[in-house]
Amino acid sequence: MASKTKDVLFDPLFKKNPIGKLVLGICSALAVTTNLRTTITMCAAVIFVTACSSAAVSMIRNYIPSAIRIIVQMTIIASFVIVVDQFLQAYAYQTSKALSVFVGLIITNCIVMGRAEGYAMSHSPWISFLDGIGNGLGYSVILLFVGTLRELFGAGSLFGYSILNKTTDGGWYPANGLMLLPPSAFFLIAIFIWAVRTWDPSQNEEA
Amino acid sequence: MQRNSIAFTLLIAAGLCVVCSALVSTAAVGLKGQQARNKELDRKSNILRAAGLLGPNEQADGKKIDDLFAQIETKIVDLETGEYVTDVDPAEFDQREAAADPETSVAIPPSEDVAGLKRREKLSAVYLLQQDGKLKTLIMPVYTKGLWSTMYGFFALIGYLRTVQGLGFYQHGETPGLGGEVDNPNWKEQWEGKLAYDDEGDIALRVIKGTVNPNSPDAEYQIDGLSGATITSRGVSNLIDYWLGPDGFGPYLARLKADGEVYGK
Repeated sequence: MASKTKDVLFDPLFKKNPIGKLVLGICSALAVTTNLRTTITMCAAVIFVTACSSAAVSMIRNYIPSAIRIIVQMTIIASFVIVVDQFLQAYAYQTSKALSVFVGLIITNCIVMGRAEGYAMSHSPWISFLDGIGNGLGYSVILLFVGTLRELFGAGSLFGYSILNKTTDGGWYPANGLMLLPPSAFFLIAIFIWAVRTWDPSQNEEA
Repeated sequence: MQRNSIAFTLLIAAGLCVVCSALVSTAAVGLKGQQARNKELDRKSNILRAAGLLGPNEQADGKKIDDLFAQIETKIVDLETGEYVTDVDPAEFDQREAAADPETSVAIPPSEDVAGLKRREKLSAVYLLQQDGKLKTLIMPVYTKGLWSTMYGFFALIGYLRTVQGLGFYQHGETPGLGGEVDNPNWKEQWEGKLAYDDEGDIALRVIKGTVNPNSPDAEYQIDGLSGATITSRGVSNLIDYWLGPDGFGPYLARLKADGEVYGK
């Protein structure tokens, strides 16, 4: 793989992480990370939508009149999101119930829109597609990190399988209810950003 | 044609809309059957769980759910009179819609509105499990206000409609870990075998504060409170009061017993 392609795909994981560096897409990161199963579904959905919409926007980028370019991007993104939502309702009904409105809200996820406007409008379809996958993966890295910790310490389980035996089930682990509430995701994301920026100080903004 | 001209802008907008709507409607129409099936199975499995025919954590595939559900008879009942309604097809009846539509719902008198629901549907579906031609298990769709959300579930009675078989919520938006524990199988387990009415026939079942003392004479009418979830727990108590009461299934339950349709005794 050429180094540029590689950079486009893997830079968003840590170096230019959409949540960590650009601080986009926070709200869904708080909402869907209480357990890993919904987290993974959400990640897959976002990767699919970001990649496909970036590619689609890029394909017609030379024809989009600048006056309506945002609404064109929005329409494309919304269509893909509805398709994902329909598929989840048909083939992963329980997960889709757990995610409820948050699949639909991918439309408003700033990462998708940000990549369409900021990258796909000025790059070719294939590289935009990879950029979409890369940013989807960057989003997923944080969501999985947050989701793992929240489910493990909040519910004592991973993927619904009990790991730490909770006191409410007669075990030894008093579940930390705070981990299941949205603020805990803020703390965890902040810790993640702190760790990444300590490892790579160049990401720090000028004070 | 200029890229930024009005004609070209309109052309692109129209073209995009056609392509996107084709994509979206293909997905929606193509997957509709599967989605409807999922909803149906979900509803059936919730009814089966309340009736105790399916374990709380037991997973079942579509065929097993259909097989188990075949024993259950669905009827539509008029909540005010307690009589069955025969001119409504149970398969076509959408209870949520009926509760929301002013035509098919009535305002609940404030004095009766213990569960804070404001309106209720005139007709309700009920699910019956018969034994020797008489009603053994009755499963009723119920809902109540919790802290954040309306909690929807099924409540099942057995033993001459006095003993609880189970209560399960299939939709709620309570705080995870606190009120959300209404989903906890360990909490739901204790409902089985509790008595809904006392010896005088008054509604006695309560979710109490704290843990039930098993030596208390009232233990058979009491359910452990959910810690840190006073309002959710109160909502569940209200649900029992309202739906077994005179504005809920009260008239229907009374009629069933009066007409000798209930198994036992």
